Amino acid sequence: MMTNTELKNKIENLVNGLNFSGEESDFLCVEVPKEILRELMTTLRDDTELSFDYLFALTGVDFGNELGVVYHLESVKSRKLIQITVKTEDRENPSIDSIHDIFPAAFFNETEAHEFFGIIFNNHPDLKHLFLPENWDKGFPMRKDYTDINMLVR
Amino acid sequence: MEEYLTSKLKTQEYFLNMGPQHPATHGVLRLLLKLDGEIVQNIEMDLGYIHRSIEKMCERDTYKQIIHLTDRLDYLSSHMNNEAVCLLVENALNIEITDRIKVIRTMMSELSRIASHVLWWGVMGMDTGALTSFMYGFREREMINDIFEETCGARLTMNYNVIGGVRYDLQENFVKRVKDFIVHFKKKLPEYDKLLSNNIIFQKRLEGIGYISKEDAIAYGLNGPTARGSGVSCDVRKIHPYSAYDRVDFEEILFTEGDSYARYRVRIREMWESLSILEQLVDKIPDGEHRVKTKAVIKLPVGDYLQRVESARGDFGVYVKSDGQKFPYRLKFRSPGFANLTALNKMTKGLKIADLVAILSTIDVVVPDIDR
Repeated sequence: MMTNTELKNKIENLVNGLNFSGEESDFLCVEVPKEILRELMTTLRDDTELSFDYLFALTGVDFGNELGVVYHLESVKSRKLIQITVKTEDRENPSIDSIHDIFPAAFFNETEAHEFFGIIFNNHPDLKHLFLPENWDKGFPMRKDYTDINMLVR
Repeated sequence: MEEYLTSKLKTQEYFLNMGPQHPATHGVLRLLLKLDGEIVQNIEMDLGYIHRSIEKMCERDTYKQIIHLTDRLDYLSSHMNNEAVCLLVENALNIEITDRIKVIRTMMSELSRIASHVLWWGVMGMDTGALTSFMYGFREREMINDIFEETCGARLTMNYNVIGGVRYDLQENFVKRVKDFIVHFKKKLPEYDKLLSNNIIFQKRLEGIGYISKEDAIAYGLNGPTARGSGVSCDVRKIHPYSAYDRVDFEEILFTEGDSYARYRVRIREMWESLSILEQLVDKIPDGEHRVKTKAVIKLPVGDYLQRVESARGDFGVYVKSDGQKFPYRLKFRSPGFANLTALNKMTKGLKIADLVAILSTIDVVVPDIDR
């Protein structure tokens, strides 16, 4: 199996402008500017040697000053795992390109991240309320600054 | 007359609510069906009827307090869910656990898997119109639940794994009861085949229905027995072995047909494999401590952690982003059922409502696991 360092070198040759970390840990972490997210995702999926074709998880995260999404991709062939982080510019107008056409598995996960964090996924056709009630207007519950009268606070 | 009818009658597509309170949706799941007669054109999911925001609750709980919440995700795989959180913390802090703990955890997980698959088998029969299997399934599950009750003190939400081991040591009856169960269940599994698997009516209901190709299965993120019915090799016990799975000999069940019957057969064969794992381990439970000492306050170093286990429904994952505090900064439960459910629309398009019920049964959803 490819080591994390080899994987890093390989990806660096294909896409510019990435930030790598976690080479010693179980999986390589990549931070990508949101402008080239789709380019990176397409490359990771289509490259025959990498073939990261299985979107394991899509997690919305509140980073404090900005919001973001963490993707975990795995290659079914080599069972190598990679973590990709993308951040929005600010909290007021958070938007990231949707990748539902690259990975169909992202479709409902993006809907979930949208309703709990308020991240807008550009070109996503159906950002409706999936878990919360249709008429929910009390903000985005998974954000760190969300408060609720029923919430237990330590 | 016919002319009169065709001029007066008109056909149109209509919407039908399936759920949230409907026995065939396996919990409080609402599907909005767009129908042409009884042909399903499109399915829109409405989730969240049992959403408890467990991920948010985890952000204000310590790592030890999180474990019991995972029981409430997929309640039929509560051992595996507990195990995922425990393994994550143990691996992050390099806590060495004894072989006894590993073997106990593996045996408990396999017992849970059989209990879950047996329940699924019973409900599968019921969804296709055979009530007997439901009673048979619960009869065998009762034996496992009794073992759990004696060992963990609970029958459903066991909360048995703790960080650094398991809560109580095994009872003296444990080995005997497991052996009794193996003998009993080996006689019953062929009976299941006689009753359902080899039944021509049952086969006709499933064969060629709900097809999904291997490529689509990967793209939609299918996992567990559902994906293995389409020939995707994805058993976490094989690809990233944990606990005692590297020392037992078992087969990853794969079928390439990709239809409902393939998914059905994967789970039946998996019960045989789980029995074989139990047989290999039951006489070789090593001596040692059942719980190693850990620090009173557990803090994970800053970083990203991911742990995956094979629950009864598939690839269950826990992702933790830690900022070095005793609470996780962000914790995500990757639900196997949610990924499987997203492919339902693809599998069902153009089939009848009765087929939808059968397909929903073969992807084996547990709604609390999807809603979280």
